[in-house]
Amino acid sequence: MSVKTYREALHETLRGELIRDERVFLMGEEIGIFDGSYKITAGLLKEFGPKRVRDTPIAEEGFTGAAIGAAMLGLRPVVEIMTINFSLLALDQIVNHAAKIYGMFGGQMSVPMVIRTPGGGGQQLGASHSQNIELYYSFVPGLKVVAPSTPADAKALLLASIRDEDPVLFLENLALYNTKGEVPDADEPAQIGQAAVTRQGRDLTLIGYSRMALVAQEIAEQLAESEGLDIEVVDLRSLRPLDRQTIVESVKKTHAAVMLEDDWLTYGIGAEIAATISDGAFDYLDAPVRRVAMAEVPLPYSKPLETAALPSRDDVANAVHETLDAMARRR
Amino acid sequence: MIQITMPRLSDTMEEGAISQWYKQPGERIEAGEPLVEIETDKATMDYEAYDSGTLAKILVPEGELVPIGTPIAELDDGAAPQEPPAGAPEGAAAPEPGLPEVPAPSTSTGTAGTATEAAPEPAPIAAEIPAAQPSSPAAQTGTPRILATPLVRAIARENDIDLNRVHGSGPGGRIVKHDVEALLGATPPAQPNSPEPAPAAPSAPVPADDRRASEELPLSNVRRVIARRLGASAREIPHFFVTAVADAEEFMRLRTELNERLVAAGRPKVSVNDLLIRAAALALREHPLVNASYQGDDATTMLVHHRINIGVAVASENGLVVPVIDDADRKTVTQLGAEAHALVALANDRKLTPEQMSGGTFTISNLGMLGVEEFTAIINPPEGAILAIGATRREALAVGEEIVAHYRMRYTLSADHRIIDGALAARFLQTLTSLIEDPWTIIA
Repeated sequence: MSVKTYREALHETLRGELIRDERVFLMGEEIGIFDGSYKITAGLLKEFGPKRVRDTPIAEEGFTGAAIGAAMLGLRPVVEIMTINFSLLALDQIVNHAAKIYGMFGGQMSVPMVIRTPGGGGQQLGASHSQNIELYYSFVPGLKVVAPSTPADAKALLLASIRDEDPVLFLENLALYNTKGEVPDADEPAQIGQAAVTRQGRDLTLIGYSRMALVAQEIAEQLAESEGLDIEVVDLRSLRPLDRQTIVESVKKTHAAVMLEDDWLTYGIGAEIAATISDGAFDYLDAPVRRVAMAEVPLPYSKPLETAALPSRDDVANAVHETLDAMARRR
Repeated sequence: MIQITMPRLSDTMEEGAISQWYKQPGERIEAGEPLVEIETDKATMDYEAYDSGTLAKILVPEGELVPIGTPIAELDDGAAPQEPPAGAPEGAAAPEPGLPEVPAPSTSTGTAGTATEAAPEPAPIAAEIPAAQPSSPAAQTGTPRILATPLVRAIARENDIDLNRVHGSGPGGRIVKHDVEALLGATPPAQPNSPEPAPAAPSAPVPADDRRASEELPLSNVRRVIARRLGASAREIPHFFVTAVADAEEFMRLRTELNERLVAAGRPKVSVNDLLIRAAALALREHPLVNASYQGDDATTMLVHHRINIGVAVASENGLVVPVIDDADRKTVTQLGAEAHALVALANDRKLTPEQMSGGTFTISNLGMLGVEEFTAIINPPEGAILAIGATRREALAVGEEIVAHYRMRYTLSADHRIIDGALAARFLQTLTSLIEDPWTIIA
């Protein structure tokens, strides 16, 4: 174990996989000479050369398609799309090709590729560069979507994604790159599709993924200290496949859930979670499932407006309080 | 057929009594017409029909007390008979509350089309977070369904609990697990659902016996609320008391003169109390920190109220009530007198609305007219202080070297020591005393 940043965990895992498996190679804009827009790939071009670390033109559809072809023919491409916003340019390649080739060609070949891409608002990057649109991919059978919230999960899930036989969208977050945590030294891939109960509790289940899983953890600790509340936290870690069992088991215990998401409320990931709870734990619910999400606007550039539009810690605490009050459980 | 339930007419209401039915079965009623008069813990109010129809059945007779949410009548609106009341088994095929190995959410498509007779709400342009709380039962006269969470329904099914008899403490009267736990016996009985904090040490019941020839007199709703609130206040608020005495000679002279002129002008007289309400309001304006509320041990702030709304304790024919005069510092003594007079009349008729009995920031209790020299009062939470006023009577008073007979008045401020200190209370009384001793400043 050693303490690393989320960025370091990603960097070291990529480097380790480049060493371990010569089929692994990286592709993306500015990842080589410029060391990557967020420095995840710093130094790798120098160490592994242009055959393993390829700078591409600003042409997401083109290089994503090239990676799909490479994967079909036996390589293990790890594509970096600078932010998830730009993945929209490659949407056809990802949705119509990467996700469907295995099924449409009768299982003759799979597409073992990873698309690494960060989401996240709050950096004053404007409406078109601040989105959380992992939902678009989580909706598509044939894709896997993972969203680690800690450096340890960043490593374990990236190992699992690179070694997986299917295309994986690996969601990072701009606000997480500098967060720190213990990371195991050994290479132990996570099991994709498994959520984690990161805090045990009995009063209520807080659910989140990526950045919001950390927010959930912080709020739970804070409310434990200030009000003695005993809140359970579920970090989804994987959006597709979704670990419905862990969510349902938790709500069966706590009888209430609040879902935190960094995307828009309507049709969002939280809606799927609420439906999952309704399907699996209906008879255990003592309060409606609440969702805390972003304001339904294109994210403003202005700092005060941007802050107001994103879900705040107060929003989360209010939703928790209101849910507990609805069950007459806070006195 | 529409089932009408006992509505929640005030925040603290838990049950209500039918005091009068305005319609009898078979009579026609239009939406908006008064249907029934309901006595709550605070007031007697008319309850209007939400829908038009014929009153089919009265389920709760006059004089009977029932919890909110209890069906009290049926209104025939010409629609088909309603489904059996909740609490009856919800079909034999209760869903198995587990998940299969691979949890498979049921995918139901094509269900639209059957339940679309009612015009759908127009879709909002910007999506809003849907309300997690149901509207209050009073607002949905048409639904006989009991509000209960799925968990409560499951528990009720398994334990044969009739949810009709369970009081819901969730939003809109929704029954939550907390409410049925007591019935299961597995957990300690739930505290009575009151908006006040649960009492630390509930009074032990005192049985009636022959030796003392005791008789049980029913406590009115009003009395029960008073008992609970004053009990909580006396237990939880660290009261302290500061008494002062004023030379009221000028005060009484002013009042006499004032009233002579008012009578001559054909206007109503003002009372000692009217003058004192204004005097207290002016003193509060000078000491705003007395016009304040403690917000609980967890709060990091206290509330200071910028409006001065004075509650006046009234021993009405139906028990103690404290109607509130808003902005007492901005009204003339005559205005205050007229308003107090009207509120007392309403109190005697039990027509005070919850609105008129809430929102106070300070209370005055005057027992002077009953000959009490001085007394202490219990704070009316969430206010920070209460003023108890004794009688104004002539006493021997040393003025210089002479003993003269002057009117004197004693009053005691009870204050919440968590936010008000002795010196502040004393300064408040100093201001009040100088107003009373120089009474032109009260009406100025």
